[in-house]
Amino acid sequence: MLDKIGIAKRIAQEVQDGTYINLGIGIPTLVANFIPENISVVLQSENGLLGIGPFPEEDEVDADLINAGKQTVTTTKGSALFSSSQSFEMIRGGHVDLTILGAMEVSENGDIANWKIPGKMVKGMGGAMDLVASADNIIVAMQHCSRSGDSKLLSECSLPITGLRCVKKIVTDMAVLDVLPEGGFKLLERAPGVTLEEIKAATAGKLIIEGDIPEMKI
Amino acid sequence: MINKVVANADEAVKDIPNNAVLMLGGFGLCGIPENCISALLKTGVNGLTCISNNAGVDDFGIGLMLKTRQVKKMISSYVGENAEFERQLLSGELEVDLIPQGTLAERIRAGGAGIPAFYTPAGYGTEVAEGKETREYDGKMYLLENWLKADFALVKAWKGDTSGNLIFKGTARNFNPMMAAAGKITIAEVEELVEPGELDPNHIHTPGIYVQRIFQGKDYEKRIEQRTTRLR
Repeated sequence: MLDKIGIAKRIAQEVQDGTYINLGIGIPTLVANFIPENISVVLQSENGLLGIGPFPEEDEVDADLINAGKQTVTTTKGSALFSSSQSFEMIRGGHVDLTILGAMEVSENGDIANWKIPGKMVKGMGGAMDLVASADNIIVAMQHCSRSGDSKLLSECSLPITGLRCVKKIVTDMAVLDVLPEGGFKLLERAPGVTLEEIKAATAGKLIIEGDIPEMKI
Repeated sequence: MINKVVANADEAVKDIPNNAVLMLGGFGLCGIPENCISALLKTGVNGLTCISNNAGVDDFGIGLMLKTRQVKKMISSYVGENAEFERQLLSGELEVDLIPQGTLAERIRAGGAGIPAFYTPAGYGTEVAEGKETREYDGKMYLLENWLKADFALVKAWKGDTSGNLIFKGTARNFNPMMAAAGKITIAEVEELVEPGELDPNHIHTPGIYVQRIFQGKDYEKRIEQRTTRLR
């Protein structure tokens, strides 16, 4: 099984040189730490920044410079600042190449639920609905099962959805899976030490296994 | 140039009536109109509808106006980090419209730009789409969303001049420029107020035509929600 760092490291391998990327809050934010040095990308923050740099040193902290998770950040050389409306023009306009975000549930046709638990949690969707409705390439980073042990890879989402048919790939603590256009989770890789039987037992939606499934290389 | 200067926040907000629709700039606590919020706490105006991406935290920003029960309705995209907000929402004391962030930004932009409605893909097939017109363009489905406007827009800028031109700093720009355009009366509070000619016209983010009142704010706390640093 992978920890959060492991999931972030595995997703970093999906990052292509020369791309613009939006990273969601949580595990996705960690991905930035593991992008190889020979790959050049620009990170977008939907509040209005292209070119998120590392966290500031103590004496560089600027209250006027935060990421979408409200953390203090710095800017990279060549960064740009803009309004939130222009930020979402970039997102809806298809200019951001890759979106990596967390999820509570993903269905086998690529629906995602990550903004609301009726009666329990009402925090809002933030920019997630705009991102998932717009990006061509969406990777979900999440645990394979909830804390109570229920599968988060379902035939249909049980929670209110954030977007329809949008997730392309999922990296969990147990596996890497593609979401096929015709429906189904196609198993690509197993996490170190995780068996096919364990993945089958933890996946409630339609799981497709063809041939040998290699272990992830991290 | 037209002089739009008012003495301070108290003067700027004194005619905001009960049940007014307000826009308040900011993302989290970054770029919020701190001085105007303090002044509204003093006037005690209530029944307000507040359009703002977030609702502050329990003891800062719009969170302070929630505690005093001055807010009837919030229109926001994300309201975590605020226990009092969540309590009032779950108990039904506070009305809340949650809107996707890009849709919120664009509805405000549309309000200031004279565009009554537009189609967006965000929220199609979700709760957000309930009761809304949909339409297909190039094989993809979109929702019709309406503009948003406000009686008063309260915005915060880094620098401004007495004729209302504004420059923002860092990510404190966020919703402020669109709100400035979407308010019938826009009140700008700035960290540094200068005379016309002192700001380079090439660097103006919000032209003064959108601003009706401006003042130099004071005692900015600029609270940070998630102070995240790295070691040298």
